[in-house]
Amino acid sequence: MKISRKQFLKLTGASLLTLSGGKLWSALAYAGQAVAHPVQLIRGKQLAMLIDTRKCAEHPDCTGCIEACAKAHNIPSFKNPAHEVKWIWTEPFENVFPTEETRFMPAGLKEKPVMVLCNHCDNPPCVRVCPTGATWKREDDGIVMMDWHRCIGCRYCMAACPYGSRSFNWVDPRTALGDLNPVFPTRTKGVVEKCTFCPERLAKGQLPACVEACSAGALLFGDLNDPASAIRTQLETQRTIRRRPELGTGPNVYYVI
Amino acid sequence: MFMLEKAVVGSRRYWIWISTLVGIIAVAFFFYLRQFNYGLGITGLSRNVTWGLYIGQFTFLVGVAASAVMVVLPYYLHNHKEFGRMTILGECLAVSAVTTCILFILVDLGQPMRALNIIIYARPNSMMFWDMVSLGGYWVLNATITLVSLHAVQKGVAPPAWIKPVILLSIPWAISIHTVTAFLYSGLPGRPFWLTAILAPRFLASAFASGPALLILLCMLIRRLDGYDVGRKAINDVAIIVTYAMTVNVFFLLMELFTSFYSQIPTLMEHFENMYVGVGGNSSLVPWGQSSVVMMTAALLLLLIPQTRRNERTLVVACILTFVSLWADKGICLVVGGFIPSPLGAMTGYVPTLPELCIGAGVWAIGALMVTVFYKVALSTAVAAGADFAHGPATVKEAA
Amino acid sequence: MRDRAWILLGLGAFLLLLSSPLWWNMRARAGLKGPDLVSPADQKDCVLPAHEMNVSHMQLLLQWRDKVVRQEIHSFKAYDGKVYDMRLSGTCLSCHEKAKFCDRCHAYVGVKTPYCWDCHIDPAQTRPALARRSPQ
Repeated sequence: MKISRKQFLKLTGASLLTLSGGKLWSALAYAGQAVAHPVQLIRGKQLAMLIDTRKCAEHPDCTGCIEACAKAHNIPSFKNPAHEVKWIWTEPFENVFPTEETRFMPAGLKEKPVMVLCNHCDNPPCVRVCPTGATWKREDDGIVMMDWHRCIGCRYCMAACPYGSRSFNWVDPRTALGDLNPVFPTRTKGVVEKCTFCPERLAKGQLPACVEACSAGALLFGDLNDPASAIRTQLETQRTIRRRPELGTGPNVYYVI
Repeated sequence: MFMLEKAVVGSRRYWIWISTLVGIIAVAFFFYLRQFNYGLGITGLSRNVTWGLYIGQFTFLVGVAASAVMVVLPYYLHNHKEFGRMTILGECLAVSAVTTCILFILVDLGQPMRALNIIIYARPNSMMFWDMVSLGGYWVLNATITLVSLHAVQKGVAPPAWIKPVILLSIPWAISIHTVTAFLYSGLPGRPFWLTAILAPRFLASAFASGPALLILLCMLIRRLDGYDVGRKAINDVAIIVTYAMTVNVFFLLMELFTSFYSQIPTLMEHFENMYVGVGGNSSLVPWGQSSVVMMTAALLLLLIPQTRRNERTLVVACILTFVSLWADKGICLVVGGFIPSPLGAMTGYVPTLPELCIGAGVWAIGALMVTVFYKVALSTAVAAGADFAHGPATVKEAA
Repeated sequence: MRDRAWILLGLGAFLLLLSSPLWWNMRARAGLKGPDLVSPADQKDCVLPAHEMNVSHMQLLLQWRDKVVRQEIHSFKAYDGKVYDMRLSGTCLSCHEKAKFCDRCHAYVGVKTPYCWDCHIDPAQTRPALARRSPQ
């Protein structure tokens, strides 16, 4: 049969489209199921942390929590600050709470090191912007979780986070790691990572690595939705502040200054 | 079907141009393979400045892509016949620009092999999802329109009636692609530089200034190289559009400066100070910011004064200044400036590395190659068919 | 048709080349032994029957991945009633030696593993320099 080149190409294209149409249909159907609420309704716990900066400041050279986290999660240590990957670290008070700064402050407060990490917000902007759902707020415990299998490395979440909590793997992290901890995977280049409140430890009934490692007892971890929890009691008996509450993110890391 | 046979016949000059572009693309491909293997650490990006050259160029080129509407709208909705010879050129430019946008996003991804996750695991709450939808849809629309129009001229007939609603759809769609791109930035609570309602209007104004300015330059270039003349009236009318758009753009910028500096709120002021003056020991953006403002002012003056706008020599200068100033403003200052200072107050500078620049140049070269090939096909088709695009698709009023 | 001989010759050469994987491997019948897999010494039961694991361990791993990461379910009840933790390195590789079991079959069959091992760690190789060079 006589068929022109154009007709042949059109026929081939139409056939391929029909064959892939089925796959596309099922993919869309799956996508329909996967679309969840932009802001997860918290039905279960809301895990949170209270950081007592006074107890922390009594041990100025202590890096216990940072090292415990790094060891538990194979966090690489890059010499180049541009490629730094950090889940929990210290920042001077003036950077963490820029609105608390006044002209005259108690001596040493301005530079006082304060622990910072992901705030696991009630209304996280990073979750709102993630195009693939690689980060989401878990319903059961309020943790803002990471799925490193799904992240495409667009770094939109890093632009959205008002706290600078997230890090990106600019290169293969194994180039900056010593012996690996076989209990937890490393990540690979091209994905974003951050503190996840140690769900792998919580599943075994353990506290997050940093909380367990803190010898000063400066880190308190618990469920805000449980009225009898230690963290609730602390929050209801002493004044605490959070980072940038005016943005409406609802951060769940509280600080005693 | 694509009439590419018209694009493989050309003068020595044509082939030198094509070879140069292909050479740039080859170098870019080599550097991209290195980036793919090593990671995005090969760029100048850092933990604090996570978007730079690639996303900045994407943001600027979305504007160029959207600007085709400035020629399409008067011709199809208001029967402005003078644009008849120009619409196809605008549409070809739009398709090429959208392609470069998509490519810039892909080269910026940390895990490009997972790019389809954005479709498989669709998240409508994410503005990036809608950006993909709008860019993809705009690409399909413009590709269809361009191909159908070229076909019609080649056959010497009017295009089929069903293309009219497609063209009309592309008009609001063009507005939407750039609005959605602005929404990527203007909805982030932690970035006060971008958290402004005027960002989307600013984007549109700068798009409708820079895109048509490029179109004017391309039309003049074609006239010189090929003899295809879109007409003095068309060039003048587009120049007027560029003038209005540039005026609005500068006005919006002044509005931003007023709100930031009259309110004296530090989080609003510091980004502009970084861009134009350089504060806190970091002045990597200052050359770009300052030259952008100088060029914008010069361009606006040349455009507003009728004598310099109508004189083709000064118009060329004005268009080049328009394009480059807005490229520096949107492609560099806007995106990078939003990251300095970081949420924790760090003033981390950003300088693109050589691999990054080469990859960026390669994507631009792909766009230039597409424009070249499209224009070659379009103009050869017109000449061969003995027609010109002025008697192309019937406008809405004619059909009724 | 002067060219008939050349055409037939060319066609013949092409067909020979096209079918070369078949007749080449038939010729080399000598090396037809299977992969030398070292099974775990102490454990006889896997999470699925051996035949099912052979066929669909990748699907099982993907299910485990989604259950653990996205649905917060950590326990898996095997066909024989035993409960396992759904972990690649922690459970699978606690019995199997990757280099002597997984890698050998994959290499023999010529199936490249997906990028799992970019992140997941083989407990036998916790030094990154060595881990990176392990066969995929």
